[in-house]
Amino acid sequence: MAKTPGFFGKLRDRLGKTRSGFVAGVRGVFLRHTRIEEEVFEELEEILIQADLGVETTMELVEHLREATRERKLSDPNDLLEILKEEIEGILSAGDPSVHWEVPEGPHVTLIAGVNGSGKTTTIGKLAARLRDQGKSVMLGAADTFRAAAVEQLTVWSERVGVPIVKHQEGADPAAVAHDAVGAALARGVDCLIIDTAGRMHTKVNLMEELRKIQRVIAKQIPEAPHEVLLVLDATTGQNGLQQAKRFTEASSVTGIVLTKLDGTAKGGIAVAIQKQLGIPIKFIGVGEGIDDLQPFNAQEFITALFEE
Amino acid sequence: MFETLTSKLESAFKTIRGQGRLSEQNMKDSLKEIRLALLEADVNYKVVKKFIADVEQAAIGQEVAKSLHPGQQIVKIVHDELMNIMGGANAPLNFSDKPPTVIMMVGLQGQGKTTTAGKLALRLKSKGRKPLLVAADVYRPAAIKQLEVLAQQAGVEFFGLDEHAKPVDICVMARGEAQMRGCDVIILDTAGRLHIDAQMMAELRQIQKTMEPNEILFVANATTGQDAVNSAKQFNDDLALTGVVLTQMDGDARGGAAISLITVTGCPIKFIGTGEKLDALDAFHPNRMADQILGMGDVVSLVEKAQEVIDQEKALKFQEKARKATWDLEDFLSQMQEVKKMGSIGDLIKKIPGMSQLAGGDLDLDDGELGHIEAIIYSMTPAERHKPKTIKASRRRRIADGSGMAISDVNRLLKDFEKSKKMMKQMMRGGKRRGMRARGGMPSIPGM
Repeated sequence: MAKTPGFFGKLRDRLGKTRSGFVAGVRGVFLRHTRIEEEVFEELEEILIQADLGVETTMELVEHLREATRERKLSDPNDLLEILKEEIEGILSAGDPSVHWEVPEGPHVTLIAGVNGSGKTTTIGKLAARLRDQGKSVMLGAADTFRAAAVEQLTVWSERVGVPIVKHQEGADPAAVAHDAVGAALARGVDCLIIDTAGRMHTKVNLMEELRKIQRVIAKQIPEAPHEVLLVLDATTGQNGLQQAKRFTEASSVTGIVLTKLDGTAKGGIAVAIQKQLGIPIKFIGVGEGIDDLQPFNAQEFITALFEE
Repeated sequence: MFETLTSKLESAFKTIRGQGRLSEQNMKDSLKEIRLALLEADVNYKVVKKFIADVEQAAIGQEVAKSLHPGQQIVKIVHDELMNIMGGANAPLNFSDKPPTVIMMVGLQGQGKTTTAGKLALRLKSKGRKPLLVAADVYRPAAIKQLEVLAQQAGVEFFGLDEHAKPVDICVMARGEAQMRGCDVIILDTAGRLHIDAQMMAELRQIQKTMEPNEILFVANATTGQDAVNSAKQFNDDLALTGVVLTQMDGDARGGAAISLITVTGCPIKFIGTGEKLDALDAFHPNRMADQILGMGDVVSLVEKAQEVIDQEKALKFQEKARKATWDLEDFLSQMQEVKKMGSIGDLIKKIPGMSQLAGGDLDLDDGELGHIEAIIYSMTPAERHKPKTIKASRRRRIADGSGMAISDVNRLLKDFEKSKKMMKQMMRGGKRRGMRARGGMPSIPGM
């Protein structure tokens, strides 16, 4: 079913740690129990919660499993696994993960946002490399003017990938940087502009206002832009991820999630909860530190990789 | 910080509070509520399981019939158990008898190690130490530069080589540098890494073996979910951590990771990060955190912070005025100016028990607005400041013109003032009631 076998294998490989913990847990449940009994549901609940899906989403999934057991008179625990896979896949398939990089009147503008330390700058480096490899001309805008050496960090990435960068001094107005970046992208006729922003706590009203302003400034020059606002979310994030997604969506028109650091043991289940409760699709996943370790999200592959032995 | 968990637990207790006596049945309900609240707060599933079992055991062992206030009783049991987990006294840093003391910062990527290293250096400097910040992260682009900038901002010594150097070599050289520059603390900022990356973990072990640090601080984000136990356990197994720093405590994460981290590492939380600025690093007080989780507010923290900055005499005056609710705009202004010294107002107000609920959650007052408030109040006559009720339409217009603000701004300020006065009254009443019920008295709040 995978269009690119190499990628599929890689994803599975990368998700190895995620998989082994999760699958071992799930398999364990079905090995310990030969028929569906109350403990099976309790153990599934434990596994889902430990994957950061959250209480609400977990309870709902487990309730569906109970209903299915009653209605279809199931007795084999393995049937539950199939239903669970379908349920999670159903949630994740609800969103559209695709990104349309070609816009009628260029450049395509992507705004990257997120809380501190989620991996925004690294994601931009990888995304730029990805677009460059697809033959697009890319430009970066360094609108994180707050954090010490953030501009330098993005500059290193621009050199690595070999794409131009628009930057100001540290402490400059980020909206002004965004304005100049859009201006430069228009003047040079690049295909894609990716704008970095400072990490901000979603609870800081003035910082969220700043994000709104950046978006407004971009739209002033290109009315449809930013075409994508990607919220970068650390896969180790717990239930606070929902608050983050909510507040960032209020402040800017978030179009998708980039789920980073999926190469650890964290399961990133909060992204399932976000998709389910807020309807924001996952668009990319970060599965390693290498420049090509950013992959487009594919629900079916993700689930298969998660559950496949 | 923990408002949401607090409110969850409060609602769990409420179901008990209404009833006369603690029964097995009504305790079961509230324990279920507590369990869900803790899970939603990202406390690890297994940790919660044990916690609930412990609470249940402790509660059932007691003579519930004697209890006149079952809610109070459960609050105390849950509080005691939280304290049990979070440890006793506030844990200080270990310093070496023979300087320099070596502190090693470790953790996953993006937790705030470099920023915390800078904050820690500033804190140690203010305590009379001379720290050396060492850039041992050669992997993340511009990480060395970031630490150098932070060192400059903190006004402390910095040592780093370029990204081709080996981290362990940098650390060894830093020892010599510290001696040469007369530094008595070496803070090693290591690269963020995954706990399952064997090669990178081996690098940390090598640094540890070579440098024999007095402190190995695991830096973790307060928003971390269930996986906190896995990463912390691996770091602890490999390095024998000595403490945890919990960052991003200024957000709205419920911070259950704190409980998970302490449980799995057996290490105390030594500091919490409460903001982006370099002075936003606070000591962690388990007792206050337990109080906070249970809705008693972080009063002691607030008082301590206030005492550092606020003029004692003024503080007493405020307290008196606040109690009698006779304070006027003049007090309002000078109080705001005092509060400004303490940092973000939103952070501060959140520490007052019951305040977040009273004000309805959103308390992020922009520090910039203070300037406008000052301008408006300075444009009033002393009589007007003393009796704001006398300020009618024409006076409002004059004040607006005088301060360069709109009449609507003046109106809003007067309204805010009345609201805050009302809140003061409510707080004094509400705080008393809450405190009496839960703990038999509430500490006074100087400065507020």
